[in-house]
Amino acid sequence: MILESVRNIGHKTLSIFQRVGQASIFLLHILGGIKSLLLRPSLIVQQVYSAGVLSLLIILFSGLFVGMVLSLLGYVTLVEFGVEGSLGVLVSLSMIRELGPVLAALLFSGRAGSALTAEIGLMKATEQLASMEMMAVDPVKRIVTPRFIAGVFSLPVLTAIFMAVGIYSSFLVGSIWLGVDEGSFWSQMQANVDFQHDLINGFIKSFVFGVVVMWIAVFEGYHAIPTSAGVSEATTRSVVYSALAILGLDFILTSIMFGL
Amino acid sequence: MRLSKTTEIMVGIFVLLGFIAAFLLALNVTNLGNLSSKQSYDVKVYFDNIGDLRTRAKISMSGVKIGRVSRIAYNQERGQAEVTMTLDSQYKLSIDTQASIYTAGLLGEQYISLEPGAEDEVLKSGDVITLTQSAMVLEEIIGKVMVNLTSK
Repeated sequence: MILESVRNIGHKTLSIFQRVGQASIFLLHILGGIKSLLLRPSLIVQQVYSAGVLSLLIILFSGLFVGMVLSLLGYVTLVEFGVEGSLGVLVSLSMIRELGPVLAALLFSGRAGSALTAEIGLMKATEQLASMEMMAVDPVKRIVTPRFIAGVFSLPVLTAIFMAVGIYSSFLVGSIWLGVDEGSFWSQMQANVDFQHDLINGFIKSFVFGVVVMWIAVFEGYHAIPTSAGVSEATTRSVVYSALAILGLDFILTSIMFGL
Repeated sequence: MRLSKTTEIMVGIFVLLGFIAAFLLALNVTNLGNLSSKQSYDVKVYFDNIGDLRTRAKISMSGVKIGRVSRIAYNQERGQAEVTMTLDSQYKLSIDTQASIYTAGLLGEQYISLEPGAEDEVLKSGDVITLTQSAMVLEEIIGKVMVNLTSK
């Protein structure tokens, strides 16, 4: 009984190590495919369409409403102290440092990452990947690398759009509807948001999240158990692990970038 | 692999949108828009006490922003705080300009306010403003009031 459970714990631990190792080797394998990919950029363009362009709608609407809510709540609090002129600073800093990169990455993992895991998992279940190998085509280079690169490229672009839409929608609510002075809204924002410290760091975050989300998505898909239950499980794991990784990494990155 | 024309167009629009968004953010939201392109010159000023003054604090003349604090250091020879101000070149200041540290509002940030002087000669890059008034530190004021009250 006891021996059995000890053996179980050992087995679980070892399988975690094994999975981390597999994932790392898989990442190297993906990156190794970049060179041959440069000869066929149309593969990436196709994947930017399905990962980036198709995620545009959810990003636009989320950015719009997040900006509006932030502006409304910020106004209600700030107006009590008579400093509603700082609304622009509040909204833009939280948008650029935190909400933009994190929310865009979470939405992206739900919209594009899950689809990617299901697609690759189903390719494996229907033995399309195996048949590629039979034709001496490396499925990682042909299928996985273009999707990975396209996703890593798309997320920062989506994040920029999310931030811009959020800030302009907060301007709409705060300044045009609630009557915060337009001049102080923009001038205080420009005085307190630093290009390098805030915006560039926000994009670095977004790039890191892009790599992590795509890595988890393609790994889970490629190593899914090739049954319908296995693919559905892999899709769930892809979204859950991505969300946890994004939030955990966000804390680490924030403490490095903005902590004292 | 042949791509359909719509796919290519959509990806093109997507990438352009991203660039426009990044461009808008950089110019309208961050300080990049109002720092670049303008000519500026540096002037040093020494204070006994700078209070809570920070780098990038505002420098104003009659309430108009004309520059920023670019560096704060402690000068051991003089035993004073050395503040480097980066001022917009279009504003010429006479050499007897006076610099004071004020607080914006009751709890606001501290900034440097300049009072124009009467001399014709103007400050050049690297010059030093000698007429200064330090920051008001709340504890010092309370201390003075206490001394006044108790001595009566």
